[in-house]
Amino acid sequence: MSSTTISDAAQRIVSQGDSAPRLARDPVNQPMVNNWVEAIGETNPVYNDPGFAARSVHGGLVAPPAMAQVWTMRGLHGQRADDDPLGAMTAVLDAEGFTSVVATDSEQTYHRYLRPGEHVAASARLESVVGPKQTALGEGWFVTTRTSWTVGEEVVAEMLFRVLKFRPPGEHRAPDADRARVVDAPEYAAGVLRPVISADTAFFWEGTSVGELRIQRWGETLRHPPGPVGTGGDLATTPDYVVARGTGTLYSYVVHHAPKVPGKRLPFVVALVELDEGVRVLGELIDVGPEDVYIGLAVSVVFLRIDDELTLPAWQVAQ
Amino acid sequence: MSRTLRTLHAAEVGVGTELPPMVIEATPTFVVSTAIATRDFQDVHHDRDAAVGRGSKDIFLNILTDNGLVQRFVTDWAGSEALVRSIKIRLGVPCYAYDTITFSGRVTDEIEVGGERRFVIEVIGRDSLGDHVTGTVQVVLP
Repeated sequence: MSSTTISDAAQRIVSQGDSAPRLARDPVNQPMVNNWVEAIGETNPVYNDPGFAARSVHGGLVAPPAMAQVWTMRGLHGQRADDDPLGAMTAVLDAEGFTSVVATDSEQTYHRYLRPGEHVAASARLESVVGPKQTALGEGWFVTTRTSWTVGEEVVAEMLFRVLKFRPPGEHRAPDADRARVVDAPEYAAGVLRPVISADTAFFWEGTSVGELRIQRWGETLRHPPGPVGTGGDLATTPDYVVARGTGTLYSYVVHHAPKVPGKRLPFVVALVELDEGVRVLGELIDVGPEDVYIGLAVSVVFLRIDDELTLPAWQVAQ
Repeated sequence: MSRTLRTLHAAEVGVGTELPPMVIEATPTFVVSTAIATRDFQDVHHDRDAAVGRGSKDIFLNILTDNGLVQRFVTDWAGSEALVRSIKIRLGVPCYAYDTITFSGRVTDEIEVGGERRFVIEVIGRDSLGDHVTGTVQVVLP
């Protein structure tokens, strides 16, 4: 199960602690400060006017504090160090399909100003990995690292940095383990009622055929069953979808005793399942007798492959 | 774009003091030059084809630049000798090339850290898509 793989890896990387300090390519230097203030539009003379800086509270030129991270950037052809915790965690999440990244938080603390000539080193450790979370961008994990910048033994600046590693839109491939939830069920074919597949619902049925429970999304709002317009009624917007984790709880159900349904043994249970993501999805609850069914029962999705045209989502009691 | 070299005194500032807004035109040149000046060579900050290929509308501003802009916004107001102690930002919607960010800010707190009196300034940088960056900056004034 992928969540366990990710949590185990996170625990291992957290326990490794700080990476070895990595020295910046260059010492703090005036040309890089000059490029930076020029690009940012910074006009504070303490960074580039030696006379003004000498008379200032600093007693001489200093580097802009917000450049702390700049000094130890890897550069155009730089490689991550082998013990870089963010690199290691990124590799784990990439392998699980969470291949996209977006930074969410940067919290920098400056213990003092740096001066030209000082040579900064950076080391980093993994603080936490939290997930999986449903976000506006898709399902993902928040990865938090802490970087310390040192000059010699002295810590001069620190940063808490958080990124969201998420499954990108357009790459909705579930991990192999999850695709195994598709089971052949030709015995259902005889009496099955086939859905009318429209432009609005095609993505859903394409998803079931590859073992994905796809839920339509309008901006940040999930909608099921999928429809042609979002909840806001704005005709200009278009939906995409998220792949649900496929777990939820029984919200309501009926036990069907009569009338007879072609190709089905009576009684059977039709479940309305509230997904972890918050929307409700209908399906047959299989492999359980009606006497063992109750509201709140934890269930997980299974996909019944009827034939080449149709794969139906159904529910089973969660393992 | 004008700035005062004079640094504000702590007595001139209090909770509720508003900072004058700062407007940044994020031209492609601005996005690229700040990315390179912060030694960030990721293609999404200088190569539009690559950025579009990765699902973005255009090249967009990098985080190290947000840090720089937030610092500049606060010290443009506070003065040359204000000491910046921390910049904590949360990143929201991207700032694509050709957009404009307007920074606004307000002093929200006065705190004491290690015997030093600091002002906490809340900063919001908003572009056409919404809040691009929100956060706080701690500064020391003479």
